[in-house]
Amino acid sequence: MAFHLRKDGDVTVVDVDGQLIVGNRQELKQAVLEELDGGARKFLIDFSNTGYIDSSGLGVLVSLSKKIREQGGELRLASLNEDLRTLFELTKLDTLFRIGADREEALQGF
Amino acid sequence: MNSELVLNIPNDLHAVEDVVDYVVARCPSCEEDARKLNLNFRVGLTEALSNAILYGNGRDPAKTVRLEVAIRDSRITVQVTDQGNGFDPERVPDPTCPVNRRKIGGRGLFLMRELMDEVRFNDRGNSVTLVLRLSSGERVGGGAQA
Repeated sequence: MAFHLRKDGDVTVVDVDGQLIVGNRQELKQAVLEELDGGARKFLIDFSNTGYIDSSGLGVLVSLSKKIREQGGELRLASLNEDLRTLFELTKLDTLFRIGADREEALQGF
Repeated sequence: MNSELVLNIPNDLHAVEDVVDYVVARCPSCEEDARKLNLNFRVGLTEALSNAILYGNGRDPAKTVRLEVAIRDSRITVQVTDQGNGFDPERVPDPTCPVNRRKIGGRGLFLMRELMDEVRFNDRGNSVTLVLRLSSGERVGGGAQA
């Protein structure tokens, strides 16, 4: 997995390339938490280029969402393909996150 | 289990992705089954391996995980065995209940059961057998017969 962080206004956008799974989830968590510690409060994770996510990857998203919320911020998700959306629906995590069909939709009103 | 492939895997989470890629590359591939292989099988096997490394073997680098794979009659059967004391899969709570939904962990076994066609544990609870049926119609999230 590779991930890239960049700013879109005051939103920190994270692109996840490849898989988000047990072997690499801590890298994403650490990068986002560093931004949170640095004062960022609005986060968008874009899954346009993501293959699959396992339960550990889903758990990291839940953990990050909680930590960001505790600091008064918000984590949104975008661009889930059909497979990824299936995982979110099966686990009912689609009820916990604001998920945009694409990056532009997720950024609306952020 | 009459296996075609047997791997003894180091107890290292970073090995999981490569092992899953290695096994998937040896599975029969056709367009009809692509989604079952790339979503159901990859996630199901990833969950079984990571459970074995994290919980079964307790992250102990001195331990290994045994993976056996058999592919025949449009069925992929994998058996993942750790060196731990086992657990009772029936005592794992449902992660989709509202009270559990915000928990960080506890979704691995649920995803295995949702994504694979069969999930079976041995009596000790340290070995899980997963079965995926191919070319049996696209059905994601159909649930296992465990």
